[in-house]
Amino acid sequence: MIVELGHFALILAAVTALVQAVVPLIGAHKRWPAWMAVAEPAAGIQFLLTAFSFGALTYAFVVSDFSVTLVTNNSHTLKPLLYKVSGVWGNHEGSMLLWVLILTLFGAMLAWFGGNLPPSLRARALAVQSLVSVAFYGFILLTSNPFERLEIAPFDGGGLNPLLQDPGLALHPPFLYLGYVGLSMAFSFAVAALIEGRVDAAWARWVRPWTLAAWVFLTIGIALGSWWAYYELGWGGFWFWDPVENASFMPWLLAAALLHSAIVVEKREALKSWTILLSILAFGFSLIGTFIVRSGVITSVHAFANDPERGVFILAILAVFMGGALMLFAARASAMEAKGIFSMVSRESALVFNNILLAVACFVVFIGTIWPLVSEIFFTRKLSVGAPFFNMAFTPFMVALGLLLPVGSMLSWKRANLGRTVRPLVPALILALALAGLAWAVQTEKTLLGPVGIFLGTWIVSGAIVDLLGRTGRGGFAARFDRIKRLPRADWGKAVAHAGLGVTMVGIAGLMAWEEEDIRVVQIGAPWTVGAYEFTLDAVNRVEGPNYLSTMGDVSVRKGGELVTTLHPEKRTYPVQAMPTTEASIDYRFLRDVYVVIGDPQDNGGWAMRIYIKPLTNWIWLGCLLMSVGGVLSLSDRRYRVAAGARRAAPKAGVPAE
Amino acid sequence: MKRLLLILSLVAAPVFAVQPDEILDDPVLEDRARALSKDLRCLVCRNESIDDSNAELARDLRLLVRERLVEGDSDDEAMEFIVSRYGEYVLLKPKAGGSNLVLYLAGPIMLLLGVGMAVIYLRRRQNAPVEAEAGLDADEQARLREILDE
Repeated sequence: MIVELGHFALILAAVTALVQAVVPLIGAHKRWPAWMAVAEPAAGIQFLLTAFSFGALTYAFVVSDFSVTLVTNNSHTLKPLLYKVSGVWGNHEGSMLLWVLILTLFGAMLAWFGGNLPPSLRARALAVQSLVSVAFYGFILLTSNPFERLEIAPFDGGGLNPLLQDPGLALHPPFLYLGYVGLSMAFSFAVAALIEGRVDAAWARWVRPWTLAAWVFLTIGIALGSWWAYYELGWGGFWFWDPVENASFMPWLLAAALLHSAIVVEKREALKSWTILLSILAFGFSLIGTFIVRSGVITSVHAFANDPERGVFILAILAVFMGGALMLFAARASAMEAKGIFSMVSRESALVFNNILLAVACFVVFIGTIWPLVSEIFFTRKLSVGAPFFNMAFTPFMVALGLLLPVGSMLSWKRANLGRTVRPLVPALILALALAGLAWAVQTEKTLLGPVGIFLGTWIVSGAIVDLLGRTGRGGFAARFDRIKRLPRADWGKAVAHAGLGVTMVGIAGLMAWEEEDIRVVQIGAPWTVGAYEFTLDAVNRVEGPNYLSTMGDVSVRKGGELVTTLHPEKRTYPVQAMPTTEASIDYRFLRDVYVVIGDPQDNGGWAMRIYIKPLTNWIWLGCLLMSVGGVLSLSDRRYRVAAGARRAAPKAGVPAE
Repeated sequence: MKRLLLILSLVAAPVFAVQPDEILDDPVLEDRARALSKDLRCLVCRNESIDDSNAELARDLRLLVRERLVEGDSDDEAMEFIVSRYGEYVLLKPKAGGSNLVLYLAGPIMLLLGVGMAVIYLRRRQNAPVEAEAGLDADEQARLREILDE
């Protein structure tokens, strides 16, 4: 019964969305306040109905109602509760429901907290947002109904893919969707502004927090996914340039570009039409990502729902929204006259180059991702584009970005003096060169990758520190310390997020350049060395888990005779799915990870073992964490809480996306 | 327990890529083999290199690479041999020739275009007439007064 109510609520939500998409648009056009006002309650109702529907599906999963097809296919009574719940979005239908839930959540937040927006802009933005929901409700109800029942309910379900039974992965999709779907806000605002024919600093100030929030969520979501791959897949890779990873990475790159270009609109009223275009494209890439994941046209390790019919539906959604928005853009963009005047050397132009690098990097990833498809269709050349290509084609853009970042972020607005800006950065440059030189001298294999990564990381991090210190002016230490504490949160956010990028670069370069690997057959009790460490396989035991069986090794790790840690790599078998997984055991440390994997028993005794010493790996995710913290700091800045022109009587009106 | 063991024996499958028995005795050759494996695609997997893949076919390819290297092939010769046998699809970094030039040149060309457009745009911003930055219109004046009065 509850399941049917959930289904019914979803249909009602779709109808509400349709009303919200049409009535306020007409209202805004005719200047009828009552019609415009429909958007607000409609957005709230839409969210509540979808939340109820999602709750109903979650309920079916929690009580293991196997008369629901989706539950039968993706759940099992023996599964721990966390994975029963995460099973809701561990499949195509449920994840689409989560997608619209988040979409309506953002719409509702705009309705609830958007009190200080011009009424017509708000009505239009809500209508566009709802138009997107209509498309996705249609998609769910017509092609991927999660509430479908079985005629005869089985006693137990098929279970969730064991690889997905993991806390990191339970949280990965919700964060990623918050990011993807968060970009729909920038899209809705952009289309609303195009209809309105007006883009100004206030508009940018409204779009930026939503984009920033979406970008923070994307950063966390991508980092969680990458971390999961690192510890779960058993060879410690963190990024595979898989089409589905690229699908999340492309919107991330464009969102990062959009964040920066919106600053220029906000502060200097320039780059308006470019910012609008970026807002449209960023969400467009979210849709492309959805298309890639759901259609299966591009082969990927994330086999999700390879259903051509669904693919065509999403392609149609993509075509309608991108086509419509871009046509509107072509018709109206010329009306967005820039106002600010600035010289070639200025913060504005630095941000323009930031945008070029990020956008072209995104384009390179895009071409690489779709090239196998294009090549096969148009040139009948069946080929693959994988990690080696992306590493070669993508890395130069990030190196250029890293080189320019510290200088660009310190240039002054309008007209900057390059010499005066660079001077305080000289110590940072010297430090970076010195550390890179040291890395070059110390490393055994002479690769450039490691030193370049160290150089860029140090340069960016120390550049961010110099930038912060530079804002404290002159005077004694106490006075400067006092001033640095009182710097706006946005300044802190900028410095922390930039430093995070530097930390991530060091981590990636360090891991890729200096990883040590050892594969061998090991006898129980016989020690062997890898790098500076000595390993002993003390025992191998059979262990029974809640819904799996495990072969667990006890490996002691020593350095200079002293015990560092004992690791327990496992090989698990999940009888329900008849699927083996490897559980690597990792000793996480600040400067390196020791990563141990146990393999098969050998015919003539002993076990196959794989050991990795992975230097600086955690810096990759530490950097992502710093980037997100920077984003959150920036979001919490007073200037966004009290948005442009907000009335003092309604201070909470400017709290988006928190 | 018997049932558990039966299940275990049924589902036991190789769980990691490069097996100890594949590794060549000569570390230099082995390093070269590993480097080549990273550029070769496991044909039955989705976007995995044979270095990362657990599949049986990936193992065969890894052994083939090593066989060629042991027989004295250079890296290029070994790759050429494998491409001639399995087709271009096996390369994770496609050859930069023919239609693939689009793939390789798209990035650099876009970068040049972007920089060119940016320079034109920045020039125009630099020389734009100042009057564009002129005051507020009537609506904005009213709104400003409203804010200041509060």
